[in-house]
Amino acid sequence: MNLKIVTLQVNGRTHQVALAPNVTLLYALRDLGYTDVKNGCEKGDCGACTVMLGDKIINSCLMLAWLAEDKPILTVAGLGTAEHPHPLQQAFVDFGAAQCGYCIPGMILSAKGLLDEHPQPSDEEIREAISGNLCRCTGYIRAFEAIRAAAEQIALQGDGQRVMHPLPGAMEEEPANVIPQDDSRGVIE
Amino acid sequence: MSIQIEQPNVAQLPELRQVGKPLPRIDAMGKVIGTTKYAGDYVMPNMLHAKVLRSNYPSAKILRVDVSKARALSGVACVLTADDLPGDAMATDIPGVTGTAKRAGTDAPILAKDRVRFMGEAIALIAAESLDFAERAADLIQVEYEPYPAVFDPLEAMQPGAPIVTASAFPGEEPDNIVSRWRIRKGDVEAGMRAAEVIVERTYRMPFIDHAYLEPEAGLAWVDENDVLNIRVSTQVVEHFRSIAAALKIPQNKVHTMGAMVGGGFGGKEDMNVELFLGLLALKTRRPVRLIYSREESIVAHSKRHPFIITHRTGVTRNGRITASIVKMVADSGAYVYLSPYVLLYAVATAVGPYRIHHVNVDGVAVATNNTFTSAMRGFGAAQSCVAYEQHMDEIAKELQIEPRELRRINYLKTGDTTVTGQPIQSAVWLEESQQRAWEALGERTPESEHMKIGRGIASYIQSYGRITWFHDTSQAWVGVEMDGSVVVRCGVPDIGGGQMNTLAQIAAEVLGVPLNEIAVYGTDSALTPLAGTTTATRQMYMSGNATYQAAGSVRKTLLDRAAQYFETEPDELDLANSTVFVKSDPSQSLPLKQLITVCAAEGLPRSNLSLFKAPFTEKLDPETGQGNLFPDYTFGTHAIECAVDMETGEVKILKSVGAHDVGRAINSAAVAGQIEGGSAMGIGYALMEDVQIVNGITRAATLAEYLIPTASDIPETRAIILESGSGMGPFGAKGIGEPSLTPVAPAIANAVADAIGARVDSLPLTPEKVLAAIDRAKL
Repeated sequence: MNLKIVTLQVNGRTHQVALAPNVTLLYALRDLGYTDVKNGCEKGDCGACTVMLGDKIINSCLMLAWLAEDKPILTVAGLGTAEHPHPLQQAFVDFGAAQCGYCIPGMILSAKGLLDEHPQPSDEEIREAISGNLCRCTGYIRAFEAIRAAAEQIALQGDGQRVMHPLPGAMEEEPANVIPQDDSRGVIE
Repeated sequence: MSIQIEQPNVAQLPELRQVGKPLPRIDAMGKVIGTTKYAGDYVMPNMLHAKVLRSNYPSAKILRVDVSKARALSGVACVLTADDLPGDAMATDIPGVTGTAKRAGTDAPILAKDRVRFMGEAIALIAAESLDFAERAADLIQVEYEPYPAVFDPLEAMQPGAPIVTASAFPGEEPDNIVSRWRIRKGDVEAGMRAAEVIVERTYRMPFIDHAYLEPEAGLAWVDENDVLNIRVSTQVVEHFRSIAAALKIPQNKVHTMGAMVGGGFGGKEDMNVELFLGLLALKTRRPVRLIYSREESIVAHSKRHPFIITHRTGVTRNGRITASIVKMVADSGAYVYLSPYVLLYAVATAVGPYRIHHVNVDGVAVATNNTFTSAMRGFGAAQSCVAYEQHMDEIAKELQIEPRELRRINYLKTGDTTVTGQPIQSAVWLEESQQRAWEALGERTPESEHMKIGRGIASYIQSYGRITWFHDTSQAWVGVEMDGSVVVRCGVPDIGGGQMNTLAQIAAEVLGVPLNEIAVYGTDSALTPLAGTTTATRQMYMSGNATYQAAGSVRKTLLDRAAQYFETEPDELDLANSTVFVKSDPSQSLPLKQLITVCAAEGLPRSNLSLFKAPFTEKLDPETGQGNLFPDYTFGTHAIECAVDMETGEVKILKSVGAHDVGRAINSAAVAGQIEGGSAMGIGYALMEDVQIVNGITRAATLAEYLIPTASDIPETRAIILESGSGMGPFGAKGIGEPSLTPVAPAIANAVADAIGARVDSLPLTPEKVLAAIDRAKL
């Protein structure tokens, strides 16, 4: 099989990897160590492998890694850290939205995609946004509440996340227009 | 959707500082920022990738397995078949409880040798340099099958002349397909039936259900420099190291199993899954080996919830008093026995539900077929029995034209009563309380429209927490205070997402008076953490919670005894909170825990304790009458449902779902509510949409596109009502809630649908087709 050197930009880091054409983005990311991207079905049925590619939410199991070049990829680990969690992440903690937690990275990214497009979503839009993320433990209620609360908080304070937050040890320099996590400048999106 | 919790302090329990509070769990942050590792996330240098070759036939003779081409493929390190194994069977019984009510010779083979008995049975193992190589090797293995007579219906399997699935027999009997039997004989049912004015007989059926945890089975094994076989695996039971050692013929102290956060269990990771395969490949290759199931492989190859056929024949007086009950149960155990005898026992022991009935006969059988094997799933037989007995209560009420809630109130067990096996119930029985609160919480009835009928239903239940008491269950925990005042809990508990480790942390935090975030819990390791037993049977809060409570209590005693010398007072006069010891009557007299622990260390006082908690130990039930003590204790509660049924399409929409359960005492009320909300969702799936559809032994719904579980769009307004009698056997009077929260949901939905359409669908799931057919029948 023909290998190709593919450049993947993940959470602000740049990777060059030799990949066969049939390797999915899910496998490429997990092999690079982004194990926060979960494998639940490899058929696009469960949403556990959800990532952001550019400004789009995708199932990484349905995307060939070759096609993910040149667009920034965001996984849940790139969204925030324990010290500086994204408002969605903090809300998921505060509302007890995670039980086993396996579906949570994908669900948070689906919510992030929703809030980027619809900063003040209706209840129906929230349901719809996470309806592709299966959860067997929780009954979705706390995730729903967490998303609603995070949306309100972001509307008041901004999410500080308009530009991807590089992980510690990221090789790339920080983009010039990054908004620091602690900047509460009251942006209304 | 919104979070709705009621936690009325009916029993006027004293408020505690941390127990009972909805504190954010210690495991939450790692999950939302993606740092929590699951078994399949681990890698090692030189790691091989494994693949299992599985049977394409539900029943066949294996004439030949030719692995020569696969072995010759470059990139393949190892191919194993049954001929290469040190032993042939895997212990599929509960560890340490071999032979109970179950026939020898029915354990599943590790790899099939001459016969396959269900589709998906493992035949060969491959370890290769990459998953691609492993998959190519699997394609090169040639298996020659000869189809063998099969049986797929448990009722047919019980007939004389049916193909025999596993050729073994009870002593002195001819081989047949019955793998387990239990019976209850209580009172005199003939006299009870004679006293009846009305007799109601109905049959109820339930399908195969998949656990559908989001994390498919996964593990990584390696042999270390001390010749120890290490296995990191997604499991509910690290104690399987003993069965692994027995199957691999190596000493038990040379097998080290460790878990990781389990991405959902629900009983499906109670039996061994990838452990033995990984152990074999790692021992053979002496390299690390990883095996992760695909979703299809998971659905085809792991256990299912037992389908049951349950017939109730009940005698009742006109005023609603049940005089006698005869119940017959048939469970499909699939191709191998696994935990079927115990699942059946749970069903038989709860067959008549939480009702006081003097004359009872129950007969249950588990029957082998060539379907996928069945074993543990949340509810463990007691969920299936509830589906039947609670629908039957509504059917009786309909016959008598009595309000279903009233019929239940007339017959409910009360505090101080005994169970149908004759076990005195030690804790409070708050059935009426739970029924009243669940029903009231439904609120205003939703108005009907032209095609939409509204229905309401309830279901109450009895369900055990803790294991069968003749298993002689124990758990151990170690609690210690570090020099900086932080606390360590070591306990071999696997955390499957219910907050098992956080529960221990919150208990230790309460006892030792330190903030929750100053507690670290180390768990799920067969060698390095004290063995705590399985995360099954709704037992960890009860068992390991008590062990942690005892261990923390012992440390607390040491601390307070020493502090009493310092303050020149009695230990009773002191308390611990906010990492400080203080005089209760004068909190200004205080000492930071860190200083107290320094003193204890300097004087050589023990700053830690290892404690073992023992559940009650009993003898087995009387085999003729099924009488005796069976479980440590029981949880009781009621679920209420309001639904809308589209009379044109047969579609059911759940509008309101309320679970009211006496949990004794909530350790973390958010986690308890989370169980009730999650149990409600899983019950909606059981009632309305889930069915693995194993047709002629072939799994039809082997993907999550075909096996449908509820999504965020299927969730109704849901309310968790947490009742606290304070009477449970767990720490602080807690009772288990993990499994009970699911049990009453599906029958409550079935009753709501029957209420809406005026007819009953007697088999789950209540698909639109079945609902429409019932509507049509009702019109005739």
